[in-house]
Amino acid sequence: MVAHAALIGGLIEACREVIAANADHLSELDRAIGDGDHGTNMRRGLEAVYAERNRLAELTLPKALEEIGLILVMSVGGAAGPLYGTLLIETGRQLAGSNGQIEFARALELAITAVARRGRASPGDKTLLDVLYPVHAEVVRRAGLAHICEEAERAASLTFGMRAMRGRAAFLGDRSVGHVDPGAKSCALLTAAICRFLEEHCPA
Amino acid sequence: MTPKSANVGIVIVSHSPLVAEGAADMVRQMVGDCVPLAWSGGNAEGGLGTHAAGILAAIERAWSDAGVAIFVDLGGAETNSEMAIEMLGEPRSRRVIICDAPLVEGAVMAAAEASGGAALARVVATAEELSP
Repeated sequence: MVAHAALIGGLIEACREVIAANADHLSELDRAIGDGDHGTNMRRGLEAVYAERNRLAELTLPKALEEIGLILVMSVGGAAGPLYGTLLIETGRQLAGSNGQIEFARALELAITAVARRGRASPGDKTLLDVLYPVHAEVVRRAGLAHICEEAERAASLTFGMRAMRGRAAFLGDRSVGHVDPGAKSCALLTAAICRFLEEHCPA
Repeated sequence: MTPKSANVGIVIVSHSPLVAEGAADMVRQMVGDCVPLAWSGGNAEGGLGTHAAGILAAIERAWSDAGVAIFVDLGGAETNSEMAIEMLGEPRSRRVIICDAPLVEGAVMAAAEASGGAALARVVATAEELSP
């Protein structure tokens, strides 16, 4: 088990690494059905978070999540900034409220609902929600980290067959079918990176 | 209070700095200095995109106690504008509205309405009449 500060710092580093390693691939996916900047936008965001990792690691988890969300909102841009930002800010706020009595799964559920509201998107619209909902379902049934990781990657690959209903990709209509959604992909990559880190450093 | 701050303000948000600035020029040509006006275009690095911090700064520049109407182009411009409004905080956030209207035509018509001293709801309604 690692100390709290090292845990937050380590998670930040793991997320930054996976995005840096896959930024070109994410932009490539985005070029197919969007404006081609998802990889660079996400990399800019994660670098901004990484630059503040020492300060963030000193915070409680709810506060750190909220702060990371704000940094992402201010640095990522595109639609991804507000969507990822809302996910983290809301998760942090829900965990901080109700005197920490709320279960993580419930906090995550409320945060995902806030993301859906922000993006006006529903399941099957070919967005990052198509990864978030399945991941949440696994968290609810207390699946193991390895399984959550697998499920995230499987869910992202399923967006290949979906027709985009939101974002720039929706303009393409049926032509959006046959491409993995870049937001779903980055969400799966981040989920997997978090699961792998936790598995290694905080075995259940 | 100067006449300028008595009228509803206009903010233009585009993925392109050139589009945002150009639309603002057209508004300025129409109403001169009697409407508070600001734009945000491009991402934080100056490339194509939108970012909440830039939009928030534009709302501040165009701030009027009568409220601010925002005109956006594509998806992220709207999402980031919503985020910027939340960051503005209550009670001012209640006086900022994102218009469902074409960027250029909407902004010009809204500004013309605002220059006559119309209230925020009227300014927004005038612009939104352009959308089917």
